[in-house]
Amino acid sequence: MTTEPVLDVRGLTVALPTSGDRSYAVEDITFSVNPGEIVCVVGESGSGKSVTASTVMGLLPGALKPVAGETLLQGEDTLKATKNRLRDLRGTKMAMIFQEPMTALNPVARVWEQIAEMLEIHTKLSQSERRKRAIEVMESVHLPDPERMADSYPHQLSGGQRQRIMIAIALVLDPALLIADEPTTALDVTTQAQILKLIKEMQERRGTGVLFITHDFGVVAEIADRIVVMKQGRIVEQGDREQVLKNPQEPYTQMLMASVPSMTPPERAVVGGEMAVEVKKLDKVYGRKGFLRRERIVHAAANVDFHVRRGETLGIVGESGSGKSTVARCIARLIDPTSGSISLHGTEIATLSQSKLRPHRRRVQIVFQDPYRSLNPRRTVGQSMIEAPVNFGVPIEEARRKARELMELVDLSADALDRFPHQFSGGQRQRICIARALALEPEVLIADEAVSALDVSVQAQVLKLLDDVRDRYNLAMLFITHDLRVAAQVCDRLIVMKSGVVVEQGPTREVFSNPQHEYTRLLLEAAPGTDVEFGSGRAI
Amino acid sequence: MASYLLRRILATIPVMLLVAIFIFLLLRLTPGDPAAIIAGDYANDAQIAEIREKLGLDEPLFTQFFYWLGNIFQGDFGESFFYKKQVGELIASRIEPTLSLSLMTIVLTVMIAVPLGTLAAYRQGSWTDRIIMGFSVLGFSLPVFVIGYALIWLFSLELGWLPVQGYQRISDGVGGWFIRLLLPSLALAVVFVAFIARMTRTSVLEVLGEDYIRTARAKGQTERKVLMRHALRNAAVPIVTVIGLSFAILIGGVVVTESVFTLPGLGLLTVEAVLARDYPTIQAVILLFSLVYVVINLLIDLSYTVLDPRIRY
Repeated sequence: MTTEPVLDVRGLTVALPTSGDRSYAVEDITFSVNPGEIVCVVGESGSGKSVTASTVMGLLPGALKPVAGETLLQGEDTLKATKNRLRDLRGTKMAMIFQEPMTALNPVARVWEQIAEMLEIHTKLSQSERRKRAIEVMESVHLPDPERMADSYPHQLSGGQRQRIMIAIALVLDPALLIADEPTTALDVTTQAQILKLIKEMQERRGTGVLFITHDFGVVAEIADRIVVMKQGRIVEQGDREQVLKNPQEPYTQMLMASVPSMTPPERAVVGGEMAVEVKKLDKVYGRKGFLRRERIVHAAANVDFHVRRGETLGIVGESGSGKSTVARCIARLIDPTSGSISLHGTEIATLSQSKLRPHRRRVQIVFQDPYRSLNPRRTVGQSMIEAPVNFGVPIEEARRKARELMELVDLSADALDRFPHQFSGGQRQRICIARALALEPEVLIADEAVSALDVSVQAQVLKLLDDVRDRYNLAMLFITHDLRVAAQVCDRLIVMKSGVVVEQGPTREVFSNPQHEYTRLLLEAAPGTDVEFGSGRAI
Repeated sequence: MASYLLRRILATIPVMLLVAIFIFLLLRLTPGDPAAIIAGDYANDAQIAEIREKLGLDEPLFTQFFYWLGNIFQGDFGESFFYKKQVGELIASRIEPTLSLSLMTIVLTVMIAVPLGTLAAYRQGSWTDRIIMGFSVLGFSLPVFVIGYALIWLFSLELGWLPVQGYQRISDGVGGWFIRLLLPSLALAVVFVAFIARMTRTSVLEVLGEDYIRTARAKGQTERKVLMRHALRNAAVPIVTVIGLSFAILIGGVVVTESVFTLPGLGLLTVEAVLARDYPTIQAVILLFSLVYVVINLLIDLSYTVLDPRIRY
């Protein structure tokens, strides 16, 4: 059977504005998507994968201009289509779902209206027919009780449900091509697994061609029929799933796959250092009651017990809302625990008053998730680095000298101290954040999703750096993550949290090989791409 | 929601009480003796003292205050020193021009400012944007009386399209009412148009960068509907806030406009009352303005729940 591809991209080149660091966002790329096929475009940030998708849809921001090539949608070049023609094609022949289901839906419109809008634009159905059809399609993406949920607003739904609504919007008119731009990146693993299954089911049932954009090789392994690997605007390798995953030809592909942390935890010796943090019966309750106010209480953490020794990395894993960050923030006393005890090298800090707490602040430092937002954009890196030591009485000159040393430790040159955060890449900024935390010579380092926002190759480097500084300064490290692969590689012991409660704890290897709690098993099963072995040995 | 409303209404009581104490003391601490003014230039001390006694101004401040407050709770705002009428009636007879002017101004403002601001945001960086924002700066910088006299000169004296001043009650004909209000409303609206257009632009610009705008375009929606249905509705909360506050400021700020266009409203009444040291009238008008302010703020907060389903009290 000769089938015409639903999407045929030939020699596409998109120019960047002249001020950029390269001249083309994508350069001379050629690939196609056949009916009923899932093609994964995989690459790190800045590889041009999202630009490719937006070009096909005609949704490029004004600064980017396609200058060569064609994007044939069932034979029709969308680059040459008029604005009106493009509007007709969107939704009917090609549809798109996006990364952030939290923000991709209009917060002030009911969900059925957002599905029905598609029908309002492209069909002549009456309002009641549109509503009926919207509810049907909600049912087909397996939303519970669609009749009732139809009248909900997006904020009343979970992330996974919202992404199902997005899929419903995209598929309501049965387009030939579905473009999915990182559709599961913002979701928890268990939700991700369900959404991937749904996309696959929809695509098989309707014979839709899917262009699936992702940075995650685990997801690729889970869903792809064919794989296109992009790097800095160019395609470096493409081929069938088996071919690329089992036998990658290009060094870049090999490097990417080797950087994905393996799901098999390495052998680790038991750490017997002195006790750094001991948490007992920690509770954190949010909510308030008051005059004429309904009582609404959330247990963000309930009865949490654990300890960390110096030189040891304890991983806290769990999905969003599991309470893992709440626990970390209680230990750093960024928030006050409701009850329970937190002992820091034998000092009880859970109930210490703010003034008495101050000397202990320097002993616990945090590296946060988003290196783009955790450094003050208007202060130089140097100013940010010495602020805390100077606050604690270190002379400025001494603090500067220390800052220069630390910059070298994290593999950045000392003259970086005079520059501003926006002049660095995400990985470099995260190194700066680590150096900043170390400037206070803490005893406990909390890494709160510290590598989640980074590309895999950068992630591997930052993980190695964290491992190095832990050994060098004999730190107790609390490593908070939703990513089981990362946890497998860096943590000595794990605690698994769900809805504020610790459901399982033990040495990493044991938790992975012999999970006791049902939820842990669920998490491990949901991790994408477990049938492909990534990370040649240890990634770090 | 009901409990929220109740709490907010209860919370206005201390606010109004503070305003009452403040305005009462302020008036008594400013120089000028109402009794002397009423008595006229040729009165002797005994006559003034007699008038003072008649008005109750010889009592201790404390007694005066509670007497006044007690009467207010019975709906009695006292008798005007100057007009010799019940203050309640006085205000009722003067409120129509002020309300008409404020409402017409705010309607004109919204009709001009919101489309202009949205257009400027949509065409950010273009000449359209620059011209609109240029006019906005100009509108900010011109005082109301300058704009007022300039409009009178242009539309009334040169072109002869509109009457120079005066007011016609709405019951005497909507056409005349409208035409006489048009110039004062326009004069007042200029600064609010400048302000609200700028606010709308900022707010819509922010929303235009949101993911759901991209989603709407990916659905094949037309640009007009992307703006009207998706952008403006989401940008509404800050815009409605400043519209509400503008309305409150307007009611308090009609003093100048009513003087320029000689509209017999509360603004003019305030001026007359202040000149005559007519304590009961001034106190009542200020209390009324404060109450309007508090009520508008409550209405703004309540409008949020209509505009944004995520906001629930």
